[in-house]
Amino acid sequence: MSVATVESGVSKSANYTAHYELRCRECNKSWGNQPKSICEDCFSPLEVFYDYEALRGEFTRERIAQGPPSMWRYSALLPLPRNYEPTLPAGFTPLLEAPRLARELGAKNLFLKNDAVCLPSLSFKDRVVAVALANARSFGFDTVSCSSTGNLANSVAAQAARNGFKAVIFIPADLEPAKILGTQVFGAKLVRIAGSYDQVNRLCSQIADERNWGFVNVNLRPYYAEGSKTVGYEIAEQLGWRLPDNVVVPMAGGSLITKIKKAFDELIQLGLVEPKNVKFFGAQATGCSPISTAVKAGNAEIEPQKPSTIARSLAIGNPADGHYAIKTIKNSGGWAEDVSDPEVVKGIQLLAETEGVFTETAGGVTVGCARKLYEQGRITPNETTVLCITGNGLKTTDVLAGEYEAEEAIAPKLSAFNQYLESTLDIPEAVGV
Amino acid sequence: MATTITVQIPTALRRHTAGTAKFTCGATDVNDLFSVLDAQFPDLKPHLRDEAGEIRRFLNIYVNEEDIRFLGGNKYAFKDGDEVLLVPSIAGGV
Repeated sequence: MSVATVESGVSKSANYTAHYELRCRECNKSWGNQPKSICEDCFSPLEVFYDYEALRGEFTRERIAQGPPSMWRYSALLPLPRNYEPTLPAGFTPLLEAPRLARELGAKNLFLKNDAVCLPSLSFKDRVVAVALANARSFGFDTVSCSSTGNLANSVAAQAARNGFKAVIFIPADLEPAKILGTQVFGAKLVRIAGSYDQVNRLCSQIADERNWGFVNVNLRPYYAEGSKTVGYEIAEQLGWRLPDNVVVPMAGGSLITKIKKAFDELIQLGLVEPKNVKFFGAQATGCSPISTAVKAGNAEIEPQKPSTIARSLAIGNPADGHYAIKTIKNSGGWAEDVSDPEVVKGIQLLAETEGVFTETAGGVTVGCARKLYEQGRITPNETTVLCITGNGLKTTDVLAGEYEAEEAIAPKLSAFNQYLESTLDIPEAVGV
Repeated sequence: MATTITVQIPTALRRHTAGTAKFTCGATDVNDLFSVLDAQFPDLKPHLRDEAGEIRRFLNIYVNEEDIRFLGGNKYAFKDGDEVLLVPSIAGGV
């Protein structure tokens, strides 16, 4: 295995030997490596399994430190084709201490994993798409596709353009304008469906049956989902190779929370961190809360819902990984919460005002649920807690409409400004000017 | 009047139906439909049901584009002309 070089954050020689294959999560049957997400024996989801013994000694802190400042520093534990050369420096986003937000929430040791600034399209979806397209290329697809609540659409469109794929993107028709424009600008074919995300998703599973396209979240899904693990690797590395006590993760399909858990388990298994039982907390909007509802009721299975929330990126009423998300939360001793739409907006504003991070509605859900979890005593102040901020607020500005009134313009005169200041702001008089 | 429904079989299941992609039957509800499937496609049966004989967790059933769980699930009585779609676990989202 050659060591990746660093140049603009992109590995030029990620010449790792892959030790992975698809297996059924339920019956464990091996399916090799192919564009397939369902076990044809029991119809359960497929998952990428690794030969961890072969990776021992290759996936080490030292090797990772020599890698690029991007998610590709963890390539040894990603399902990437041999000799794959990444074309974009996705991931390796900041882990920020959040002392001012912590004070507001009654916390002391709080961090933000800030994927609002993930590249190239400002959401954590850039991680999963990067891995999916690497596999789309090796499987010979020239067209890539997805069903999306917005962020995935942006990321597939951007990375398809960068990598020379044709892109066909399916979305519910009522998505935020910024997410629609932010897909079309990359030249992708955008197909608006008059229905919910769950209906779009079901349609895509039918289209994937008919067309020889690489659907990142259908037939490429097992590979795609592995990209989410890099959030977990980064949290551990950025905490100085230790695991946090708690992670709060927004949930739509329920995949991210299970993949962060998988990442932590792999780091423990390969000896990169000390073993620790991290508690996983899931966050949803009350208007679409099938997973948190199941956790609160003590159910192991999901009852699907019809979403009605401003948190459109989380509006999945029939979450494919819901069963596994519930299991991850329960087995860790964590919990799941949900918040109303007004609480989502307050969460967005609180994060922006206290830490200078502008997140989209999913981030508002995470902050709002974190507040509840501290209030309930499910998370205690001194524990190291990481909130996963998965998307950027510039994509969902419509939910803030009416929150900030445009004031009348004032004349370009110092006297007019001083008058304005006296009449509107609670600011001490200027001294010594 | 007898009820006739159309059932679509996705690719992942056709290995067990000798390639049959669509068929019609007179099933009255979901339980009846699975009995029909068991009889018509014996190879499919062990794949549709787990060891306890229950329908597998990751199999979704849609009637005229709607998830059957929103229509009453097992209690839903098929209507003449219903189009039924079997879809293994579907993906997506955070």
